[in-house]
Amino acid sequence: MAKMTLEQLRKLREEKRQELSRREVEGKEIQLIVGMGTCGIAAGAKQTFDAIVDAVKEFGLGEEIVIRQTGCMGLCYVEPTVEVVAPGMPAVIYGKMTSDTARDLVRKHLVEHKLLDSHIYDRPAVDIIKK
Amino acid sequence: MAYKNYILVCGGTGCESSKSDELFKALHQQAEAQGVKNDVQIVKTGCFGFCEKGPIVKVLPQESFYVEVKPEDAKEIVAEQVVKGREVKRLLYRKGEKADSNVKIEDIEFYQKQFRVVLRNCGVINPENIDEYIAREGYTGLERALFKMKPDDIVNELKVSGLRGRGGAGFPTWLKWDLTKKAPGDVKYVVCNADEGDPGAYMNRSTIEGDPHSLIEAMIICGYTIGARQGYIYIRAEYPLAIERLKIAIRQAKEYGLLGTNILGSGFDFDLEIRLGAGAFVCGEETALLRSLEGNRGMPVPKPPFPAISGLWKKPTVINNVETYVNISVIMSKGAQWYAKIGTEKSRGTKTFALTGKIQNSGLVEVPMGTTLREIIFDIGGGIRGGKKFKGVQTGGPSGGIITAESLDQPISYESLTALGSMMGSGGMIIMDEDDCVVDIAKFYMAFCVDESCGKCAPCRIGTNQMHAILDKISKGQGTEDDLAKLEKIGKAMTKASLCMLGGSAANPTLSTLRHFREEYLEHIRDHKCRAGKCKDLVVYEIDAAKCIGCGLCARKCPVPCIAGEKKQPHVIDQARCIKCGECYKACKFGAVIKK
Repeated sequence: MAKMTLEQLRKLREEKRQELSRREVEGKEIQLIVGMGTCGIAAGAKQTFDAIVDAVKEFGLGEEIVIRQTGCMGLCYVEPTVEVVAPGMPAVIYGKMTSDTARDLVRKHLVEHKLLDSHIYDRPAVDIIKK
Repeated sequence: MAYKNYILVCGGTGCESSKSDELFKALHQQAEAQGVKNDVQIVKTGCFGFCEKGPIVKVLPQESFYVEVKPEDAKEIVAEQVVKGREVKRLLYRKGEKADSNVKIEDIEFYQKQFRVVLRNCGVINPENIDEYIAREGYTGLERALFKMKPDDIVNELKVSGLRGRGGAGFPTWLKWDLTKKAPGDVKYVVCNADEGDPGAYMNRSTIEGDPHSLIEAMIICGYTIGARQGYIYIRAEYPLAIERLKIAIRQAKEYGLLGTNILGSGFDFDLEIRLGAGAFVCGEETALLRSLEGNRGMPVPKPPFPAISGLWKKPTVINNVETYVNISVIMSKGAQWYAKIGTEKSRGTKTFALTGKIQNSGLVEVPMGTTLREIIFDIGGGIRGGKKFKGVQTGGPSGGIITAESLDQPISYESLTALGSMMGSGGMIIMDEDDCVVDIAKFYMAFCVDESCGKCAPCRIGTNQMHAILDKISKGQGTEDDLAKLEKIGKAMTKASLCMLGGSAANPTLSTLRHFREEYLEHIRDHKCRAGKCKDLVVYEIDAAKCIGCGLCARKCPVPCIAGEKKQPHVIDQARCIKCGECYKACKFGAVIKK
């Protein structure tokens, strides 16, 4: 007996896909995504990650925040990189996010709902995956 | 409260030089003047990788992408977009303008020079969570392979896609799979070469770290196609994070039954294991890698027989590199027709490059084949750091050659790079500027090959040593013009007679620099001069007595110390003892230390 059948895999995919788009449509959840490939980690992404966790606590931002990791975004020259997806605001990739600037990022973007100047970088390519 | 609009003004060096600063101020003034400063936030961003059309402005959340925006346009942007909520059509980047490009994906309209197929999930999903991969069309290629296609259909699909091996030489992938599939034998193997060893190359590492399941999926498909039940990923031990994420991914795939017995109820069994390489460059050569996998010393063996007939433990084996496999997951998921639209006639798809060296925006990039080096270096890469002059780009690591400014407009393909005396290689791209010396570069790569030569065949073992000795002589100003002829003779012999590609391509950096920069070699030989000042033995530091005020800073910085002089009197460097470290040159605030 197979552990997972084709039907089960398809069902799981559909569920997860809907979960992803629901996140975007309803937009209740705030996501902070830290680029944590070797390149990011070497540039201090682990410290950045910790600083974000601390700042989120410090500003009393609640349970709707998800902080997670991803691989290399390709922007080696401005590592560490952090993407912020917050309701009512465009998704933005921030570069040069050291543990110091990470606190500014949380305050500015999530508390004041403004973009943090001089740290914004463009996603390098379109997404080829259908939403 | 959040703003209604966000105006992003490119603050990259390219755009700054074309007045993006004035534009930035003008936008602020207009927002103020038109009374909407609380509706819009205007910020500066990093380079958009589209410098040729700068200054660039992007307005969110509409994602309006404006090119060649002048300060005078600020009024209209604010009045139309912020006040009335309409795009300024005349400034929008139009699809038609990219007519010279080789990107032929008609249904996608985008301005970016990059197109991410291999890296589609890198920096998007959490690599340690299989569900996120599955949610983004993950394992749909496997589904299609197992339930809708026969092995022959998959081979044909690869043939239609036009995919060629991304490890270097560009052998058609479908042919490799077909040969292995047809090879007699019940036991066959699937192997992944993740022994990325070129200096400056890290594409495979980042791919595995960012999207490990994409590799796993393709290897299962390969097993199904050729009739193998076991696969091995040979990855260098120097990549601990990639190994860790691969382990997690394999474990999760096993838990879901995507690896193991009766995959998804199809009746097909396949398992995958990781093997660690000990850091020998030669193990990136496929036959040496297979010997190492078997537990033997990693040394190449003559081909034929090719691994397709007699590979791992003498069984038919498909061995592909990471990037090749990851492409296959996409081809199987999106279809060969989709894939074949990307790239050029003979080189389909995209290629990842690690952009390093004297480049403004170093990074991991992926572009369609047929993109020019100029676009990669000057648009995506933002040009040379510190406004210096571009000298050349080394592609393909120690096996590649230097490509110079004259060839920057060549569209990238397997054939074009080979014709330029370089090669696709794995994709390391090291940018050099006027401060780099070609003799020094050739010597560096040759020293690398001397270290990494396995010693099995004479042309490589002796040839690399001899060439290195000659290059060393030249870098010390002791070379003769005959030496250049010798370098070429030995280089050609190595290229022809070496057992594997390590020796077969080791002469490339030397031969290509000799071809493009013979003058510089001759300067080292005739004039004992290194114009870049990299060859230490040829550099002389002197103090200009007229400019020296006798502050003594250089003498304090000198580690030997070999600089003497009274206070407030011109100092002198003792040439016999000077080690040419250049500390005095860097320290002097009056430009009194001269480098000759």
